[in-house]
Amino acid sequence: MKILAIDSSGLTATVAVLEDERMTAEYTINHKKTHSQTLVPMLDEIKAMTELDLTTVDAIAVAKGPGSFTGLRIGSATAKGLGLALDKPLVAVSTLEALAMNAWGSDKLICPMMDARREQVYTGLYRFEDGELKVVKEDCAISVEELCGIIDKMGEDVLFLGDGVPVYKEVIDKLLRVTHTYAPPHMSRQRAGALAVLAARYFEEGRIETAAAHKPEYLRVSQAERVKAEKEGAAKC
Amino acid sequence: MTTKKKNNIHILTIETSCDETAAAVVRDGREVLSNIISSQIDIHTLYGGVVPEIASRNHIERINTVIEQALNEAALKLCDIDAIAVTYGPGLVGALLVGVAEAKAISFATGLPLVGVHHIEGHICANFIEHKDLEPPFMSLVVSGGHTHLVNVLDYGKYEILGRTRDDAAGEAFDKVARAIGLGYPGGPKIDKVAKEGDPDAIDFPRAKVRNEEYDFSFSGLKSAVLNYLNSEKMAGREISVPDVAASFQKAVTDVLTEHSMNAVKSCGCSKFALAGGVASNSALRASMAAACKEAGVELYCPSPIFCTDNAAMIGVAGYYEYIKGNISDLSLNAVPGLKLGER
Repeated sequence: MKILAIDSSGLTATVAVLEDERMTAEYTINHKKTHSQTLVPMLDEIKAMTELDLTTVDAIAVAKGPGSFTGLRIGSATAKGLGLALDKPLVAVSTLEALAMNAWGSDKLICPMMDARREQVYTGLYRFEDGELKVVKEDCAISVEELCGIIDKMGEDVLFLGDGVPVYKEVIDKLLRVTHTYAPPHMSRQRAGALAVLAARYFEEGRIETAAAHKPEYLRVSQAERVKAEKEGAAKC
Repeated sequence: MTTKKKNNIHILTIETSCDETAAAVVRDGREVLSNIISSQIDIHTLYGGVVPEIASRNHIERINTVIEQALNEAALKLCDIDAIAVTYGPGLVGALLVGVAEAKAISFATGLPLVGVHHIEGHICANFIEHKDLEPPFMSLVVSGGHTHLVNVLDYGKYEILGRTRDDAAGEAFDKVARAIGLGYPGGPKIDKVAKEGDPDAIDFPRAKVRNEEYDFSFSGLKSAVLNYLNSEKMAGREISVPDVAASFQKAVTDVLTEHSMNAVKSCGCSKFALAGGVASNSALRASMAAACKEAGVELYCPSPIFCTDNAAMIGVAGYYEYIKGNISDLSLNAVPGLKLGER
């Protein structure tokens, strides 16, 4: 089984190819250029380097969200274009779940967080049980204060990772009472390798979708929809 | 410059620069085999105009289906296609990025050449679809919700911009005035319809000139003049005739567009003129340009309304002429929201 994985949900652009038990390529860039400029050239490079015949790929894995709206759409449109051209299914994986997968083997509670602006983070809680990643709290957009409250109530040691960490580290250190650690740089950002491993499992379980049907999961409505709903809500009061 | 075969070239094309998700297949730059447009207008009408984030979200949901429909209707498969053309600017950045990323992925997966196309160039090239005899050089006026350009088309892909708007685009002025007189969005077709019942000489709205730039346009002063008129009539307790305001405003816009266009035609000695863009569907503009061109002995070209609105077929036409010139984009092609005409 061969999985081509793509994640451009955050500041990092990352692509990987997983062939059964072998990660034949993983390419991650976290630099100034926009994902629109880097993502497909990165795919082109790993294709050449690994002499990849794209028609042998079984599925395209993509980080479905949450994350930057535009970043998610660049990854999503790229995956959809590949799916259309190669006539292959897509496997959509939560961005946060794939981030948590970076910490495989940890016995701590795992908290991936991404900066969601508007004083919120996209976050969820995960845990490894017998080597399997389990969801403890579903992905959501909440304030760091609320998140710390939830974690303190659970009373377990926690490992933080993701691009929300540098933004909210000080707040977490101040608020959180349980023992907490932060992941080192090699596992603190999105890695398409981790996404591919999860996607391979999903693919075997039949959790696939067509390229046409795939769309990102933003966890948030657009600002225009929010303002409109608030206005209509106020009008009803 | 690479020499390419010029016959039986099929271009698959994608356009997502604003609120239409569109794909088409065009043969040899002139023949449209399919032209699929999935309009989001009903959604944006709820907000009184295009909401960029909502437009982008809808593009990503619809794009594959629209492309598949375009291929099906053309009765072709991707393996029959010679190149992928895509609009990369100008437009809404988030919306453009969906089409650009999709096109690049298809190009990468199939090995087909990728051609980045300028949206305005597409609008001008829409004239080639139904007028097989039309060839450059000619003069063109591109008028839409986002653009107002007076362009001297010197050759395929070679443009000289003579005039542009200094503030609002012509279509934007239609939208703003339509909102002010309670007609709603989209303003162009609504004003066009209501104006047919009104007197275009009822109210004397200003025809703005831009100092030292004889071909440039300015519509924000006209929009303010309409708002001031509405306000003063309301203060005086007089009833407003919506058809008269619509007709008089429309005439002020079309007078200026026509006058500048004809001045440009005269000074350049052109014998052909091509209207383009969404506002080119406006019946008063078409009538005014037809009369002026007839008087000046200039042949007027205008696309059918389906090719005036944002569509992918026109991008396929422009893409064809770029393709045969060897203007191929690489996989780092980015969306350029402020792309200027003639830039690559």
